Amino acid sequence: MRGKVSRKTIFAFIGPAVIGLALVGIAPLAYAIWTSLHFFNLTKLRKVKFIGLDNYGSVLSDPVFWEAMGRTFFLLGTALPLQIAFGLCISLVLHQPGLSLLKSLTRLSLVLPMATTYAVVGLLGQVMFNQKFGVVNQLLGGAGINWIGDPTNAFAMIIFWDVWQWTPFVALVLLAGLTMVPGEVEEAARLETKKKWIVLRHVQLPFLVPGLVAILILRTADTLKLFDMVFTLTRGGPGASTEFISLMIQRVGFRGFDQGLASAQAIILLIITIVLAQVYIRVFYKEV
Amino acid sequence: MAGRPRKPLWGQAAVLIAILLLCVFPFYWMVTTSLKTHIVALEAPPAWLFEPTIENYREALFEDGVFKTLANSLIIAVCTTALALALGVPAAFALARFEFRGKRDLWFWFITNRMVSPIVLALPFFLIARNLGLLDKHITLILIYLTFNLPIVIWIVTDQFRGVPYDLDEAARLEGASQFRIMRSICLPLAMPGVAVSAIFAFIFSWNELMFGLILTRNDAKTAPAMAVSFMEGYNLPYGKIMATSTLIVVPVLIFALLASKQLVRGLTMGAVK
Repeated sequence: MRGKVSRKTIFAFIGPAVIGLALVGIAPLAYAIWTSLHFFNLTKLRKVKFIGLDNYGSVLSDPVFWEAMGRTFFLLGTALPLQIAFGLCISLVLHQPGLSLLKSLTRLSLVLPMATTYAVVGLLGQVMFNQKFGVVNQLLGGAGINWIGDPTNAFAMIIFWDVWQWTPFVALVLLAGLTMVPGEVEEAARLETKKKWIVLRHVQLPFLVPGLVAILILRTADTLKLFDMVFTLTRGGPGASTEFISLMIQRVGFRGFDQGLASAQAIILLIITIVLAQVYIRVFYKEV
Repeated sequence: MAGRPRKPLWGQAAVLIAILLLCVFPFYWMVTTSLKTHIVALEAPPAWLFEPTIENYREALFEDGVFKTLANSLIIAVCTTALALALGVPAAFALARFEFRGKRDLWFWFITNRMVSPIVLALPFFLIARNLGLLDKHITLILIYLTFNLPIVIWIVTDQFRGVPYDLDEAARLEGASQFRIMRSICLPLAMPGVAVSAIFAFIFSWNELMFGLILTRNDAKTAPAMAVSFMEGYNLPYGKIMATSTLIVVPVLIFALLASKQLVRGLTMGAVK
């Protein structure tokens, strides 16, 4: 009989992984919940005391928290459509026949941004977007734009790097989807119509949907996690203009030393993440 | 498409070259900046032609201790990858082969760990590590990196094991082989491509990680990305040195990624096209 094995065997295989992940994943989480119920400031550790849900109350009524949350989803809402638009164009160009050597080279170069250390992307951003000696302003004809010091420009710069780093991922996922379209079907459709848009909409799009869903889920998760690149590029500034949710929690916990409040923020972020994951899975994977 | 009159491909070629340049240019700029002296690096507008020097590398590696942080990053990334494989491969085998209650929930729990923002774990992990005297120790990062490496290994390898024909197990079982033996001698060799892909991912993610490294290490176990960030203090930043350190961090992983690009793309797009 398929898959019939004793409980002992099952535990021997899967137990270590479960225990391992519980130790590094769940135990700290339990501790975070404990911390979130206390007044817990790193500079006043003698004064730790139980305050119930006060920290949660503070977070829920704190405009700074919701502004950071809104900013995070605004970034997702601006960067993701750009990534999908550019990614789709790139995948369609790569899917066209001909120029196979150049296409392989381009495909290879697409791997580079994704593998780059996020912190290094931020550092590169500092160098390339510097107002005085940055190459970006030079290429814009000596524009002298203050990228890092201006709230709107800094946000645009973050979008630029997020798009630079993750458009290749979108392009490669969509390209994999395009290659799933049976050759004869695509060929027949092209004989029917000259309009590429119609082929895309009616023949290729159905094959792209699973990839688009995966992109949506992964990009949402990654944007909620976004820290390294922004930390090295703007540290959330100027002001709070690029302070996304993970950066804000880090600031409150490690630069403001208020671990209790930061833990409450982190737990609320976790709840939002889980709810979003559940919604995505309910909506997109009904049959799983 | 054979036989159909082909339009000239200039347009397509131009687009491809533009994509290629956009992907590669930041790296070109990183490397050239790393070869500039401090004075040249601060020229405005920036110089495209200059006399290269490796002074930044010498200073960074041997005077500022970047060499040691690179070694730390390597030790940590290799160990956490090995540990994730040791724990994750048998679990993936169980998820792919055995039937038991709560299997779907368990799988889901493993995978959702990848969705959780690391800051959620960084806060309590910092306090726990501080209480246990584990701050600035390699083992701390090796363990906490499991929170994202183990889900990756389990996700990819489970899928790979499912692709191995079940008949092979059956035949081995009739011969009297234990489940462990079946996994090791029959399924694992066939699932090796998936194991390799997950190992590459785990290594790259660990090597690239900054936040935990920043929060949980000071000197002894400081990782290379955390080191690069520590050059960012104060005014008059040493841009050449920062870019030299960045190059040292990024180039090994880029070479690695290019060599394994086929497998990487396969891993990335896996599950996205089904």
